[in-house]
Amino acid sequence: MSDYIVEAIQKGILETLEMTFFSALIAYLIGLPLGVILYATSKGRLLENTAVNGVLGTIVNVLRSLPFLILLVLLIPFTRLVTGSSIGTVASIVPLTVGAIPIVARMVESSLYEVQPGIIEAATAMGASPLYIIVHFILPEATPSLLQGAAINIATVLGYSAMAGVIGGGGLGAIALQYGYYRYQKDVLWTTVALLVVMVMLIQGSGTLLAKKNRKA
Amino acid sequence: MEFVYNLEHVSKTYKNDGKEFEALKDINLSVKEGEIFGIIGMSGAGKSTLVRTLNRLEEVTSGTVEFYGQDLAKLNAKDLRNVRHSISMIFQGFNLLQQRTVIENVEQPLRIAGKSKKERKEIARQMLKVVGLEEKENVFPARLSGGQRQRVAIARALAADPKVLLCDEATSALDPKMTGEILELLKKINEERKLTIVIITHEMAVVEKICDRVAIIDDGYLAEVGEVKQLFSDPQSAAAKKLVFPANPFDPSDPEGRLIRIVFDGLKASEPFIANLVETTGQKVNILSANTKSVGGIGYGQMVLELPREKKDQEIVVDFFRKNGLAISEVR
Repeated sequence: MSDYIVEAIQKGILETLEMTFFSALIAYLIGLPLGVILYATSKGRLLENTAVNGVLGTIVNVLRSLPFLILLVLLIPFTRLVTGSSIGTVASIVPLTVGAIPIVARMVESSLYEVQPGIIEAATAMGASPLYIIVHFILPEATPSLLQGAAINIATVLGYSAMAGVIGGGGLGAIALQYGYYRYQKDVLWTTVALLVVMVMLIQGSGTLLAKKNRKA
Repeated sequence: MEFVYNLEHVSKTYKNDGKEFEALKDINLSVKEGEIFGIIGMSGAGKSTLVRTLNRLEEVTSGTVEFYGQDLAKLNAKDLRNVRHSISMIFQGFNLLQQRTVIENVEQPLRIAGKSKKERKEIARQMLKVVGLEEKENVFPARLSGGQRQRVAIARALAADPKVLLCDEATSALDPKMTGEILELLKKINEERKLTIVIITHEMAVVEKICDRVAIIDDGYLAEVGEVKQLFSDPQSAAAKKLVFPANPFDPSDPEGRLIRIVFDGLKASEPFIANLVETTGQKVNILSANTKSVGGIGYGQMVLELPREKKDQEIVVDFFRKNGLAISEVR
């Protein structure tokens, strides 16, 4: 491999990490509360509300059922509106975030369902308000499961970030596409693939480790 | 004597897929201040629903649940939360936070009540001392035995300084030794802190050991309510009899024979009255079942006897028992 490709790969690694980190971060800032709302408003839960749950659930389902590649293309005008451009690393963060939010929300929701109903009953009997129960009982109890879910979600976002290369995003995905696919440089293709695999494994491994350390039962 | 709870005509109907299910039917009862009040029934009898109406975890369909004269159903969400600070509850499954240490669990009700960190720690430590777990404050619940977990739950319940403690099958997940220890602890707390306790159970042994009064719930109805001693010596309802008298393990030698049940209490339990019967009357009886138990330190026993065939002989035996002050009821 020539020097300029090695340099491009190094830059690509950083870009991929940058896209993944910021997309996952913003997706969690929005997806975590959204997941909590989906959980709390579902039937038989603390703040049961069929209307809110129905509307949010439908939006999440629609977004989740769109293939990410289609979402990338659909979101180009929105991306341009937000970042002023539709190509490059920063521009890729917008569709990645939008694509990750519903996944994060559903993952959070399912983690919260794992919390024993008895704990919520005990908290209610103590005279805790619904909000207090969510913050001080449900979320702490669900933490190991939430961390495990986060590892899966971040790895998914990393995988999606490679797709952003198709519409002019940066990162390893773009390199694999430009050099590996369009120029038939198999060595570049396989190098980027190997790097992506290692990154996913690192994320998944550290997430599992963190969840394990946090799990007291 | 003040009443902690006063329930009048309490009914609860669940609607599920258009089908109605009556869990509680016209329950009337009162819980007195300072007593240990048992609620016993078979599983599915409605006792868990009943205890949950006492802190409004379950809404009643009709009737009123009064806590110190206050109708719980009339409280708004905020007032209800305040009232719940004085009604603590422990559960069969303990319901501790697994991700929090023992002391953090005990602090929870104090956090909810908005106490300062210093005060929380202080009270929580006191409560752990009451239940004998002061050494375990930084341990996670998963590392504790079932009995210890229930102790933590009791410490947590006491931390709120409640007026009443509700126990929902609190010993059902524990082995007999741990059950005994937890019951002793509850009794001690009841005596030392004058705390009213309501205990839900399906085990007669629990009622025998610590309850002052008991209500028997059968198929959603209140079958019987009264002093535990009274219940053991003279159960009135079919449900009570079923709980107090176990089924006969043996068939009588004569399928048509007359069976009676004798119930004895206190001093009579230590008298050899069957031997006395044979000695004084020369009549023999066949013992089909017998057992004794200690209720509040007093021995209670009951026996099912098959009487002799001759009507004349039967009367002699019955007369003998009557004269000796034993309660007799016909089984068949």
